[in-house]
Amino acid sequence: MATHAAYMTGTKVSAGSVLWSWITTVDHKRIGQLYGVSAFIFFLIGGIEAVIMRLQLAHPDSTLVSAHRFNELFTMHGTTMVFLAIMPMSASFFNYMIPLLIGARDVAFPRLNALSYWVFLSGALLLHLSFLVDAVPDGGWFGYANLTSAQFSPTHGIDFWMLGLQVLGISSLMAGFNFIVTIINMRAPGMTLMRMPLFVWMSFVVQFLVVLAFPAITVALILLMFDRFFGTLFYAPAGGADPLLWQHLFWIFGHPEVYILILPAMGIVSEVLPTFARKPLFGAPVVIYSGIMIGFLGFGVWSHHMFSVGMGPVADAAFSISTMLIAVPTGVKILNWIATLWGGRIYFATPLYFSLGFIAMFTLGGLSGVMHASPPVDLQQTDSYFIVAHFHYVLFGGSIFGLFSGVYYWWPKIFGKMLDERLGKLHFWLMMLGFNVTFFPMHFLGLIGMPRRIYTYAPDLGWNFWNLVATIGALIIVLSFLVFLWNVFKTTRSGAPAPADPWDGRTLEWTIPSPPPVYNFAVVPVVHDRDDFWVQKYGDGHGTPPRKRVPTPTVDPASIHMPPPSYWPILLAGAFVFMIAGALVSIYQVVLGGFLTLYCMIRFMLEYHHQPPPAGGHH
Amino acid sequence: MRKGLLSRIPTALLLLTVVLLLSSCGWSLWDAPMTTVRPKSEFGRITHDIFMLISWWTLGIGILVEGALLWACFHYREKPGLPLPKQVHGHTLLEVSWTVVFALILLIFAIPTIPVIFKTQEAPAATALRVDVSGRQWWWEFKYPDLKVVTANELHLPAGQEVSFNLHAPDVIHSFWMPQLGGKRDVVPARVNRITLTPDGPGEFPGQCAEYCGMSHANMRFRIIVHDKAGFEQWVAAQLKPAVQPTDPLAQKGQELFAQSTCVGCHTIAGVSGGVLGPNLTHFGSRKTLGANLLANTPENVAKWIENPGHLKPGALMPDLGLRGEQPKALAAYLLSLK
Repeated sequence: MATHAAYMTGTKVSAGSVLWSWITTVDHKRIGQLYGVSAFIFFLIGGIEAVIMRLQLAHPDSTLVSAHRFNELFTMHGTTMVFLAIMPMSASFFNYMIPLLIGARDVAFPRLNALSYWVFLSGALLLHLSFLVDAVPDGGWFGYANLTSAQFSPTHGIDFWMLGLQVLGISSLMAGFNFIVTIINMRAPGMTLMRMPLFVWMSFVVQFLVVLAFPAITVALILLMFDRFFGTLFYAPAGGADPLLWQHLFWIFGHPEVYILILPAMGIVSEVLPTFARKPLFGAPVVIYSGIMIGFLGFGVWSHHMFSVGMGPVADAAFSISTMLIAVPTGVKILNWIATLWGGRIYFATPLYFSLGFIAMFTLGGLSGVMHASPPVDLQQTDSYFIVAHFHYVLFGGSIFGLFSGVYYWWPKIFGKMLDERLGKLHFWLMMLGFNVTFFPMHFLGLIGMPRRIYTYAPDLGWNFWNLVATIGALIIVLSFLVFLWNVFKTTRSGAPAPADPWDGRTLEWTIPSPPPVYNFAVVPVVHDRDDFWVQKYGDGHGTPPRKRVPTPTVDPASIHMPPPSYWPILLAGAFVFMIAGALVSIYQVVLGGFLTLYCMIRFMLEYHHQPPPAGGHH
Repeated sequence: MRKGLLSRIPTALLLLTVVLLLSSCGWSLWDAPMTTVRPKSEFGRITHDIFMLISWWTLGIGILVEGALLWACFHYREKPGLPLPKQVHGHTLLEVSWTVVFALILLIFAIPTIPVIFKTQEAPAATALRVDVSGRQWWWEFKYPDLKVVTANELHLPAGQEVSFNLHAPDVIHSFWMPQLGGKRDVVPARVNRITLTPDGPGEFPGQCAEYCGMSHANMRFRIIVHDKAGFEQWVAAQLKPAVQPTDPLAQKGQELFAQSTCVGCHTIAGVSGGVLGPNLTHFGSRKTLGANLLANTPENVAKWIENPGHLKPGALMPDLGLRGEQPKALAAYLLSLK
C-alpha cells in the first residue's frame, strides 16, 4: 500500500519498490504501458527476424542462413507479429485509453486485467524459450496439419508453438471479457452507445471477435496437442482423418483475427482524423455499423484462404461472394474517412501523417484483396509473394501505421512529454518509403511466380532485381524505427512537457492532466455528445454555444477508492505457465504446476474475502 | 536538418513511384519463366481475363481514392486566419449511394467469376490424358497410368491435348503450381484433387511446390516440357524401352555398385530394382535436371548429389550412403547412361 500511495503522490521511492509497484499493479494505465513496452520489444524481435529473411533473399542461392533457420524465422516472424506485437499493442491502447475515453476510473476487473497481461507475457516468454533450447517452431504461423504431426515435425518446436499459442489465447479471452464488461457497464453518465468514441466502438467489436474466434483455435490446438502428446489421430490421414480439418478450424479463427488486428487501428484513425481536420467523423453511425458488419461477415469468409485446397465449385463460389461482400463496409469506411477530411481545416501533425498513411496503404491492401476474392485469380496468387504483399499492406500499411498514429497521438497524454514533431515526420516518411520499397515489388514477384516461404531461389527466374529492392526497403524501415527510438530517447530526456490538451482534442481523455492521475477523473464527467470536449470548447457548430467549463473541483485523492495492488496475478500466471511448460519436461512438473496454479487461483479468488474493499468503491 | 527538406519528400516520393511503376511496365519483367500473366492454356486465359478485369477496375478505384485523399489533404490544409470548419456530421444520401456503387462494382467482378469457378473445375473429357501427380517431400512423381510411364520431376505433356492431373500426397500437403499453364491446386493427403487443362503449344516451363511442406520446400521444383504430338509420342516410346545396359567400363562398375548398395531399396530401374520411395531412375539420363529441377544433370552434379544429398538439398530424405572417391563417379556414369 505504501508504494501505491507513493506512486499516487509522486514521492521518491527506492528502485526495488518501484519495481514491486509495477509487478503488483492493477492500474489500467500501468498495465497498458506494460503491454505497450512488451509489444514494442516483440515488434523489434519480429522485425529483426524479417530483416534476416530479407538479407537472405537479397540475392539468389544465398547461404546466409540455412533452410532450417529460415523456416524458423518466418514461422516466428508471423507468430510474433500477430500475437506478440500487433495484438498486445492494440491491447495497450485498450487498457490505457478505453477507461479514459469512456470516463471511467479503471476497467471492470482490474486484477483480471493484470492477470491477462502476466499470462500474455508468460506465453510470449514460453514461445521464445524455444530459442534457448534450439527447438524453434518451424511450421509456419498457420501451422498446417499434418506437417505439424509428430511424424513430420519430431522436435519440440511445434510443441512450444502450440502451447505458447494456447497460453496467449487464454490471455486474450480474459482481456476480451474484461473489456466487454467494462464498455457495457463503466461508461460515464450520458455516454450512450452511440455517443461512444469510435476507438471504443471498434475495440468493442474486437472483443466480441476475440471471445468468439479464439475458442476455434483453442479447439484446433487441443486436438493437435492430443495428436502430438497422446497419439490421437485427429489430423492424421493414415488414421482416416482429413488434414483440412485443421485449416477450417484455424481460419475460422484466423480470418476474424485479421479484423482483430485491423479494427483497433481503424478506431484510432477514426479518432485522429476528426481531431486534426477539426470536424466530426463523417457519418459516424455508418462507420460504427460497418465495423459491426465487418465483425459479422468476418466469420463467414474463412475459406477464401483455402480456394486452392479443392473444396469444390459451390463452396468456392459462396466464399467468393461473401468475401466480396465484406469489401463493401470496408470501402465505405475509407470514403467516410476521406469525407471527414473534406471541408476540414487540417492541421498536419505526426499522428495525422500516420493516419493518412494508414488510409493510403490500407486502400491498396484492400484492392489487392478484392483481386484474390475471385477464386480463379486466387489460384495463381495464393501462396505467392502477391499474397505476402497483400497482407503486409493490410497489416503493416494498415495496422502498424494506424497503431503508430495512436502512439504519436496519445504519447503526450500517456507520458506527459511531447514527441519531437520533426523527428516524427522523418520517421513517417522513412517508414512510408521503406514500406513501399519493400512490399510493392512483392506484387510483381508474386505475379512472376515467386512462392512464399522459400529460403532460396534460382538466379534465372527474373526475381533477383526486385528481391534486392525489397531488401533495401527493409533496411529503410529499420532506419525509420531508429529515428523513432531516437525521438523517444531525446524527448524523454529533454522534451517539452505536454499540456492536458495538446491537439485541441474532442474526447474526454484531453480534459484531464497529462499524464493522468491514478484515479483518472477527479469527478466522473457527464457526457452530452460524441465529441463532448469539443462541444464544451466550441459549441456544436449548429447554434449551441460552448458550455461553460466547470473548474475541476479539488478532490482529495485519498477519498477516491482505487483497487489495491495485488501480487496474485503474476504468481497465478507464473504457476500456470510453469504447469504448461511441464508438458515439455516431465509429468511431475505438470502435476506440481497444477497444484500451484490451483493454490494461486484460490488465493486470487479469496484475496478480498477477509478484507472487503471499503463501501462506495470505484466505478 | 534544414527546414524545407521534409516538405520536399512527398514530391520526391511521388516521382520515384511513377518512375518505378513505369519501369515495371517497360521491362521484360512479365516474361519471366514462372510468370502468371502470360497464360499458355485456355484455363490460364479465362482466369487471367478476370484478373485483368479486376486489375483495371481496382487501378481506377485506387487512383480515384488516393487522388481524393491527396486532394483533400492539399486543399483543406490549415491556412492562417481560417475560421473553424463547418461541423458536418454526414450526408445520408451520399453515404447510401457510395455503398450501392461499391456493391455494383463488386457485382461486376462476381458475375464473370462464378461461371469460371465452375468451368475450371469441370470433370475432364473421357479422352483426356490422365497423369497421376504425387507430391512428396521434396520431389514430384508423374505417372501416366494409360501409357504405363513413370517419371519424376520432369513433366512431359502433349500440346493441344486435354490433360487431367490427379493429385496425390503420400506425406504432407503440397501445392502443384504450373504458373504459365494456369494455376495451382493443393495436393492433400487422404484426398485426390484434380486440375484439368490443355497446354497450347510446345515449350518448357518451370513449376514449383507452393505450399510450405517442410525443410526443403524451396527446393521442390519441377519442369514442364510440352511437346508437339509427334514429339510426345517419341518421348513415350523412349520411356517405355527397358533400361539400357551400360557399355562404358566406369558405368558398368556403377551398375554393379547400384545393384549391391542400398540404392535398390528406394529406386526403381526397370529390370534392375523395384524400390518405390525415391524417384524412378529407369531413364534418368534423359532428364535435364537433378534433385527436383535443382541442378543441371551433369556427371559432376550427380556425383556430388550421391556423396551427400542433404548438402545440396537440406533435409533430403535420401541419406548419405557413405559412397566416396570413385564410387559416386561410377554411379553417376551409370545413371547418366540410362537415356
